[in-house]
Amino acid sequence: MAQDTKAGRVFEDRVSLPFRYALGTTMTRFFDEFKDKKIMGTKCPSCKKVFVPARYFCSRCFDKMKEWVQVKDTGVVETWTMITYKYSGQDREPPYITAQIRLDGADVKFLHYIGGVDMSDLEKVREFVKTGMKVRAKWRASRNGNIHDIEYFEPA
Amino acid sequence: MARAVAIVGSGQTKHGRRDDVNFPELIHEAVERALQDVNMTPKDIDAVVSGSMPAFMEGMNMMHLYWSDALGGYKKPHIRVATCGTTGMSIAQIAYYHVASGMFDVVLAVGGEKMHEGDPQGTMNYVADPYFSRPFMSGAPGIFAWQTNEYSFRYGVSDERIRNAAALISVDRRDWGLLNPYAHVKTKVTVEDVLKARIIAYPVRLLDVCPSSDGACAVIFCSEKAVKKLGRKVAWVKGVGYAGDEVWLCDGDKVYWESAVTAAKAAYSMAGIKNPIKELDVAEIYNPFTFQELIYFESFGFCDKGKACELVEKGVILKGGELPCDPSGGVLCTNPIGATGLIRVAEAAMQVTGNAGDHQIPGAKTAFSHAMGCMNQINGVMIVSSEL
Repeated sequence: MAQDTKAGRVFEDRVSLPFRYALGTTMTRFFDEFKDKKIMGTKCPSCKKVFVPARYFCSRCFDKMKEWVQVKDTGVVETWTMITYKYSGQDREPPYITAQIRLDGADVKFLHYIGGVDMSDLEKVREFVKTGMKVRAKWRASRNGNIHDIEYFEPA
Repeated sequence: MARAVAIVGSGQTKHGRRDDVNFPELIHEAVERALQDVNMTPKDIDAVVSGSMPAFMEGMNMMHLYWSDALGGYKKPHIRVATCGTTGMSIAQIAYYHVASGMFDVVLAVGGEKMHEGDPQGTMNYVADPYFSRPFMSGAPGIFAWQTNEYSFRYGVSDERIRNAAALISVDRRDWGLLNPYAHVKTKVTVEDVLKARIIAYPVRLLDVCPSSDGACAVIFCSEKAVKKLGRKVAWVKGVGYAGDEVWLCDGDKVYWESAVTAAKAAYSMAGIKNPIKELDVAEIYNPFTFQELIYFESFGFCDKGKACELVEKGVILKGGELPCDPSGGVLCTNPIGATGLIRVAEAAMQVTGNAGDHQIPGAKTAFSHAMGCMNQINGVMIVSSEL
């Protein structure tokens, strides 16, 4: 039997490739400090801004940043959202809350989750999570030196 | 000194779910329409610039090479441009550079995407670095939701007011989309529908969001010499601007958005525009999310900081207003990402040459087009006019 060629068929495939991403020495130290519950930034010699996560060179001045500065694991939520939709490769099952947090002592924002909140109802979440609220990192008991050593940030 | 450059014609595919064609066939449809629009054949084209989203989108590397025959690319210089959402605008600007430089007289610019072939939000998540950003990015809606909530907090705009302004934009653009034969989404909605739609990423709801589309767009750029031979009404490129922020989206200001401000100012300066709201007749803004367009109105100088909701409530940027925006229905109705920025340019050119059909803004002489891309990192603007 001939197919209905007007509709056209699809050929299904799946692509999966392994990767190994080099952290570089700056990021390696940044994450190693997580094991001691320390969040480190690097300070630009030109603009004097403290960047967290720590990085090798300043995003604007282009200068290498060799001065390390410890920032606090507390900060202020500068913006947030609650994600309620799904996509491939998602880190967590929705619903979950993500936020840009300015850590105390840092000049740029840091990305992470907000947790410890009942997420069954958006209106309840909105009463609880506010832009401008103080938060603190909830560290995992077992830490491996990566971004997930912090489980989430919770109201301080 | 850069040479004068004109957009002489364009072609778009019917956008939507296009399982009836494979990717090169889709590209061929747009290119064929653009060539027919100006009565040319591939032999008349000196060089080709094309682009699309990262390879993950359609699961194939070096997509422009796969498209080569469909572009009429045989024996021609051909480069690929890829800047995520901005891709279409990057293609347009690089085609402009090709002609302005004096190297080429007739350049074909093509962008395309086939978003029903993969997982768009999954793909976009892989634009983010794997160490710090990727787990939290949550595709495009997550990024735009952050930007919106930061905006309303900074200016003390109530949730109710900003959602209402966003809903007015959604209704207006979808009404316009009904008049565009190439638009993907053709649905009439009400403010109530938008406000009650399913939430995706607070405060972004389903009807605040663009669709994922299959589609392509082709635009032909010519030198003044080539324009004279054609003997037709054209859109002259009067101003271009392009700027990037730092890669880490938490470093800079996305509310009074630095790259958007810089790109618009550069384009206005080149075009000699002092008061955009008065001097522009129509704008095609890259608005995949209703809320983001509010931020653009301020960054592009259409209104003061914190006043975007007022601009919408007064109808200034809606149909019949002083500066109607997105009469094609915009990105909210059609988003084949690699083509999307180029569609803005094509639509702007159609407006100033009086070729926009049912969505023509009567008497439009100067039009603004724009695209944004990466993780809120890059903005590009191109201003076209009916006068050289």
